[in-house]
Amino acid sequence: MASDRLVTAEYRTIHDIAGPLVFVRRVKGVSYEEMVEVESADGRVRNGQVIELNDDLAVVQVFGTTHGLDVKECKVRFQGDVIKLGVSIGLLGRVLNGLGEPIDGGGNVFPEKELEVTGSPINPYMRDNPNDFIQTGVSAIDGLNTLVRGQKLPIFSGSGLPGNELAAQIVRQAKVIGGEEFAIIFGAMGITRREASFFQHSFSETGALERVVFFMNLAEDPTVERLITPRCALTMAEFLAFSYDMQVLVILTDMTNYCEALREISAAREEVPGRRGYPGYMYTDLASLYERAGRIKGKKGSITQVPILTMPDDDITHPIADLTGYITEGQIVLSRPLHNKGVSPPIDVLPCLSRLMNQGIGEGKTRGDHRGVADQLYAYYAEGVDLRRLVAIIGEEALSEEDQLYLKFADQFEESFLNQADENRDIEETLEIGWNLLSILPSSVIKRIKPENIEKYYPGEVEVPGEETEAEEVAEEEVEAGADIVEEAEGGEAEEITRDLE
Amino acid sequence: MIEGTITKVSGPVVEARGMGGSRMYDVTFVGEMKLIGEIIRLEGDNAVVQVYEDTSGLEVGEIVTCSGHPLLLELGPGMLSSIYDGVQRRLPDLAERYGDFITRGTVSDPLDRDAEWEFVPEVEPGRSVSAGDALGYVQETKVIKHLVMVPPDKEGVIADIKGGNFKVEDVIAVTEDGVEFTLMQKWPAREPRPVLDKLDPVVPFITGTRTLDTFFPVAQGGYSIIPGGFGTGKTVTEQTLAKWAEADVVIYVGCGERGNEMTEVLSEFPALQDVRSGLPLMERTILVANTSNMPVAAREASIYTGITMAEYYRDMGYDVAMMADSTSRWGEALREVSGRLEEMPGEEGYPAYLATRIADFYERCGRAKCIGSNGRTGSITVIGAVSPPGGDFSEPMTQNSLRISGAFWALDTGLAHRRHFPAISWLKSYSLYLDRVEEWYSENVAMDWKQVRDKAMMILQKEAELQEIVQLVGPDSLPEFARAVLEVARMLREDYLQQFAFSEVDAFCEPIKQYQMLKVIITYYDVLQEVLVKGVSLKEALQIPFRAQISRMKDIPNQEATERLDALQAEIQNELRKLIRY
Repeated sequence: MASDRLVTAEYRTIHDIAGPLVFVRRVKGVSYEEMVEVESADGRVRNGQVIELNDDLAVVQVFGTTHGLDVKECKVRFQGDVIKLGVSIGLLGRVLNGLGEPIDGGGNVFPEKELEVTGSPINPYMRDNPNDFIQTGVSAIDGLNTLVRGQKLPIFSGSGLPGNELAAQIVRQAKVIGGEEFAIIFGAMGITRREASFFQHSFSETGALERVVFFMNLAEDPTVERLITPRCALTMAEFLAFSYDMQVLVILTDMTNYCEALREISAAREEVPGRRGYPGYMYTDLASLYERAGRIKGKKGSITQVPILTMPDDDITHPIADLTGYITEGQIVLSRPLHNKGVSPPIDVLPCLSRLMNQGIGEGKTRGDHRGVADQLYAYYAEGVDLRRLVAIIGEEALSEEDQLYLKFADQFEESFLNQADENRDIEETLEIGWNLLSILPSSVIKRIKPENIEKYYPGEVEVPGEETEAEEVAEEEVEAGADIVEEAEGGEAEEITRDLE
Repeated sequence: MIEGTITKVSGPVVEARGMGGSRMYDVTFVGEMKLIGEIIRLEGDNAVVQVYEDTSGLEVGEIVTCSGHPLLLELGPGMLSSIYDGVQRRLPDLAERYGDFITRGTVSDPLDRDAEWEFVPEVEPGRSVSAGDALGYVQETKVIKHLVMVPPDKEGVIADIKGGNFKVEDVIAVTEDGVEFTLMQKWPAREPRPVLDKLDPVVPFITGTRTLDTFFPVAQGGYSIIPGGFGTGKTVTEQTLAKWAEADVVIYVGCGERGNEMTEVLSEFPALQDVRSGLPLMERTILVANTSNMPVAAREASIYTGITMAEYYRDMGYDVAMMADSTSRWGEALREVSGRLEEMPGEEGYPAYLATRIADFYERCGRAKCIGSNGRTGSITVIGAVSPPGGDFSEPMTQNSLRISGAFWALDTGLAHRRHFPAISWLKSYSLYLDRVEEWYSENVAMDWKQVRDKAMMILQKEAELQEIVQLVGPDSLPEFARAVLEVARMLREDYLQQFAFSEVDAFCEPIKQYQMLKVIITYYDVLQEVLVKGVSLKEALQIPFRAQISRMKDIPNQEATERLDALQAEIQNELRKLIRY
């Protein structure tokens, strides 16, 4: 293998250059995905990686621009090793560039280990079940789409929607009941300086800075580097979680920029494009990032991922959002209409999901009624949202009394459950708000909560279905009173039909 | 042994020179790390190899060795309750030898070489045996008697056979011509195992899920696909079926899906009990796990690994169910490799041969008369999840699967958002097995099963039509009988179709209980319409709180169902009819 080489060979045999790709001829003993240094005539050195080998031809992908490179004078040196990251506990609190080199002026850190950034898949047999409830303090997440330790739960944002703010809020408030604090790995891919400083400020305000490792690939940094940044971040996360038993929370933003970079490189390599020009292997590629979350049997540490992506044109079926949704364990979706209504955070709960929720909630973790309350809130809200469409056509007056309650529920749900701004609510508070909302409708229409929990938590009087209520008694009297009662609600046509049938 | 050298590396595709004499789909070992691969194209002396492991670090000039045989699976006792990767390496064994992460160039025998099994011979020396004949058996788990069969390509007159404890490689019988039989046999994964005859699927594959059994049944030996966007519940449905479906052996293939989901299966199954035998589910289950971050080429192979193991148990006369979650990932693996080979792409970049590959795979299931002389029959039912991008069913994987599948269980994003689970759309789904299984139902469940089912379906269809009107004019302007339809349709949706997969009582609903529940609702509907005609108003009728009782039918345990549901049915008839004023 190439790593056994003692001397670094230098080539001046560049054949052609296309976009970020440099084709080097007459190479020998070069290995696939090996690191490369490309030195231009003016002495500038750029990094790169071998992405294809064909006989004596090596295709090198250069990180950074290929401006100023030429075919004649350029020197190419193969480093004899695949891309690695020097990891150390001393990196906590540091700011690194997209390739993992310190850029905060604090000097180099002596690495404890050199790890391949591509990582290896965790043996599925050795994975441990993620089942510790993480309290984020956000009702829409804790109550309805619970995050658990070892999960990957992305935030689907849109341009102009507060995805980053929500992520920052999660970082600020996230805690495991009775557990230790999280170490935070922040992987920035192609974000602007403004966004980067927002996060830095947000972390420093809460005093979290010394628990954070920043990997910064800003918008002006080389595109290709973006493909390496999340891998460096996750390698660091694995190191902290599985060598130092730490609870690690990884924030990756913005996955959309990552995917754009992937497409750019794929196009430069002249690969057969898949949907919307993204390469066919994008699923596999994204999986190799997202699947690096989890827990391992017998290890105390864990990696929880919260990637953020911007849905182009708010389209959840766009390949980036779509493939992410297929790999991650749920999603938190932000909505523009809610944002415009002033709901903060504007989480549209209907398309949201947390697949690991059931494992993290219930008696002993949150509360016995949690599942039921969540399902019932969902059912009512969905009903209310459906009715809004109907109201737009026929007007609110035409609705039955019960339906009007659903509408009222939907409005208040958005107002008091979803809308919380910077408030940090614990799970008890969240459930309490939930129960208050549920009491807008009579307890007899609750279908998804166990009777004993209704008994215990329903504010106000519990109606026991099956026993006669006042309304029924009245109805029976009416029946006794005679057969000539005509229902008000009945249309004339309906009456006719009934009579005809008689 | 043929040895060549690497000339090209591009992702999982490696080209090698000097490979003359090797055959298509032969297993090769690539480079010094001995990465496993398969030959997928031959050009003169050059071979193109699809490598099942990460190829970084490979160099041009490294050695490629061809093993001279295709991807062979080991079939024998010890497969049940195992967990394999896509190329049949035992994951627990890999973990033990190499640690928490799957590193490259690792090996593991598919069957434990040291485990001993008690073999009980069933034939005498002097007997002439041919392909598929049982030589004897091994009690593999408490529920599965593992027949040790003559491999499909062997025959002869038994000269010697002995019982006792053996390891999988030990010779247990010899023929007069010197052919040796061991407990284990090998079979190429990509080749279907032979059968004597394919039979018609006529027995329903009972899943215990009401929507599926009642409305869109699949037959034993049939194949069904479940397409749905993310979050619609494909995996939960697959897992529910794996847990509760009526099958002797279950093979669950996690093909390119989430690692944590496999963990869930792994931690849940050993703790769960089979409703019929009362034994842990793992005793009848084989798991094949190739998660999305494991090498893409092995993902392609995992489907074949699964179906070959299924065929082996079918040959013993068992009813096998295979869950493939998700076939789309398999299709994508085909696409990825095809792209690396620079083949001319078909629709959406998928290779043009996608439809053929899908058909070849699905045709390996079915009910069959097994090889061997004692007339065993067995079946393989395949339930394939499909993950259409953007939930758009017009994409190639869904469409090509639809063309050959017998049942279509369409998952609906709207239902999932409303937390209506299983989110199987009753308007879009269909089953071609309905007529085939009707006879079984009328014999084993009830004579009027089909009528009741059809009536329920009619009400649901009617509701969809009425909803359009309601959208325009509101529910109150509908005539009473139409509002009754809406009312009953709502019951059907909420109290019948919805089923909570994690509920203790309701996760598995016996066919007889399914029928009775439906009968209660349909009786309610019939009597309701009857009393409406006789001048009772809908409001009056609805005031009798049957709805609450009907909504609690789910929680009635299977054993008590007949009695209590019959009582409820009678009560409905009596109480509602009392409203009629003469």
